[in-house]
Amino acid sequence: MSTAMAPVSKTHCDNVLRPGNTNCAGCGMSLGLHWLDEALSEERPFMVIPACCGIVTAGAFPTTAYGVPTAASTFASSPAVATGISQILRMNGEENPVICWAGDGGTYDIGIATLSAAAERNEDMIYVCYDNEIYGNTGGQRSSATPEGVRTSTSPRGKVEQKKDMMGIMAAHRIPYAATLSLAHRDDFLRKVRIARETKGFRFLLMLSPCPTGWKSEPAEGIDLIRTAVGCGLFPLYEVYEGLRYRINARPDGTPLESYISRQKRYTAAKVDPQLIRNFISEQWRYLDAMARAFPAD
Amino acid sequence: MGRELVTGNYAAGYTLALAGEANRSGRGCGAGAYPITPQTEIVEYLRGFEFTKGAVVPVESEHSAMGVCIGAALAGARSFTASSSNGLAYMTENVFAAGYYRLPIVMIAVNRTLGPPWNIWVDQGDSLALRDAAWLQFYTESHQELVDTILLAFRVGEDPRVLLPVMVAEDGFVTSHTQMIVDLPEQELVDRYLPPCRVPHQLTHARPTTVGGLTWPKETTHHRHEIQEAMERVPEVLAEAINEFEQVFGRRPHGALSAEYTDDAQTVLIACNTMTRTLRRVVEERRARGEKIGLIMQKMFRPFPRQELLRAVTQAQRVGVLDRNYSPGSGGIMWTEIAATLQHRPDILVQDYLVGLGGGDVTPQDISAIVDELQSRQTAGDPVWKEVAA
Ligand SMILES: Cc1ncc(C[n+]2csc(CCOP(=O)(O)OP(=O)(O)O)c2C)c(N)n1
Ligand code: SF4
Repeated sequence: MSTAMAPVSKTHCDNVLRPGNTNCAGCGMSLGLHWLDEALSEERPFMVIPACCGIVTAGAFPTTAYGVPTAASTFASSPAVATGISQILRMNGEENPVICWAGDGGTYDIGIATLSAAAERNEDMIYVCYDNEIYGNTGGQRSSATPEGVRTSTSPRGKVEQKKDMMGIMAAHRIPYAATLSLAHRDDFLRKVRIARETKGFRFLLMLSPCPTGWKSEPAEGIDLIRTAVGCGLFPLYEVYEGLRYRINARPDGTPLESYISRQKRYTAAKVDPQLIRNFISEQWRYLDAMARAFPAD
Repeated sequence: MGRELVTGNYAAGYTLALAGEANRSGRGCGAGAYPITPQTEIVEYLRGFEFTKGAVVPVESEHSAMGVCIGAALAGARSFTASSSNGLAYMTENVFAAGYYRLPIVMIAVNRTLGPPWNIWVDQGDSLALRDAAWLQFYTESHQELVDTILLAFRVGEDPRVLLPVMVAEDGFVTSHTQMIVDLPEQELVDRYLPPCRVPHQLTHARPTTVGGLTWPKETTHHRHEIQEAMERVPEVLAEAINEFEQVFGRRPHGALSAEYTDDAQTVLIACNTMTRTLRRVVEERRARGEKIGLIMQKMFRPFPRQELLRAVTQAQRVGVLDRNYSPGSGGIMWTEIAATLQHRPDILVQDYLVGLGGGDVTPQDISAIVDELQSRQTAGDPVWKEVAA
């Protein structure tokens, strides 16, 4: 297909993800992949997707919803497979972005050693974690990204442990660029993917991804839930350069936490104490503010 | 290089590096490197080699070492690595992935006992446990055989009629850490023998595909069947590769099996790797005394060379299998395959001997005692546990 290399116009940004994919209605991945595509503009990526909803998205052989060359890797291996691809492309003078697109299970849990190693070697790739805070593909089990209190099929009485600070872990690797992405903040999202695109070495992007199936929420409300998560301070928008220069992109705006949790049965069914979450939010911001003060980007 | 006194690991690292370098006219080479005794010197050698167009990535685990190889091969490069024992076990998921992706990766398996309890000595159970991973498997009895088989491995695995990964096994310590005089090939000859690697399903924007996604049962069955058909083409491709090897390097490596003194042999012993060399000495001594005894060096284990094996035992009445591996609840892994093949010859008594497990030193006397036991038998029985001194 000779057209595959042709420039992509902004009116035709479905090249990475085509129509007819198997994402649930309201899945955050659908919009996330479109915006990723849009921000990459003319640059055509190679994708590596481990076991997760993101590879089921493709549908079954011989068809695929991915319009770019894509490797479906084993669950823990996407950064290792992407390393092999990236190294060989570069030695052949091919500068296409190599992108891992992985869930929180592949990122926070089973793949963390592989991810850490690729980050430590500063491999030339963009790693995007679409964090739906659950194992979606296997039907909704806890991960170490699942927030405290939330009910999943393997935390039926509510999760006892706190969510892991993956951004902190990745920043500690002193990688060139790490940032959080919000599906309710389009300009900020596109700007960050473009920075990632223009940066060399290991880049980490963390996108909170609404998952109506796992969150037990209304498909139509996903984007608004993300806006609420940012507004109440639960999902901070920030970026870290070289692991040592922090920039906060949006501060809590007084949005009540209740408007986030009351619309998701994963919270309401477990009767999560909002105070638990408020404590988590204030600790998170105390840490982030301290880092931004000590290591400002500007 | 010419003739050099080198260890097995040096010979393996050297040969892999030359094969990788030979692809500088193609898309280069890629490898993942992770240490484990007794394989470590191979990945150390690869890390030290200055490739014109190649990357040896120091990963954090064997699982990722194979992950990097998979990525490199999917990007169209020649790819290889090495491991042993628990490293192979840890890598297993991606070993299967490489086979099912049909990527012609070459891996040196330096045989070592799986633990715990920890034991670094030779036992073929580690690589034999991977027999179902859609890889070709070769077992080598000497340093020269190792070098030559690595070159054959790239040639056969990358052949468009095969397109499968290849494992080349050598004995831990007995081969990896001892020295022998080896004909080490020159780069120029390796360049001649190995044409640039081409992976037809390489990821490319010219034809965007999703490699390794979902398949339904019917497509999965087709996929497995295509692998079987590729396996069935191996004998033909291997024969060509050996002929050409002889033309380029002036030596002729063994094929799937080496059947020796079997034309009239009533007793045939089968072994793999270095134990074959001890077995050969026992067989030659006994033949000198007039016994009708022969041996088979089992070099290729996947695909399993059924026809070659049947041809090698035409006169046999008794076949003894020397297994330095053990599948709990069954017996020797070579024996189960050999016995399944010899069901076509119900007149032959097939007996298994578990010998040298965990690296026990198998002497000519041990093997002679096994031959005596085999020859005294009227019927075959359960696998015999043969203890050796150390
Ligand atoms: C080694 C291995 N263990 C378990 C699985 C089963 N499995 C497939 S996807 C998955 C969960 C994926 O969760 P996540 O990464 O959060 O992505 P999501 O499905 O939520 O998109 C699991 C446990 C697997 N494929 N491989
Ligand atoms: S389960 Fe969740 S993450 Fe998976 S496709 Fe559905 S909405 Fe998306």
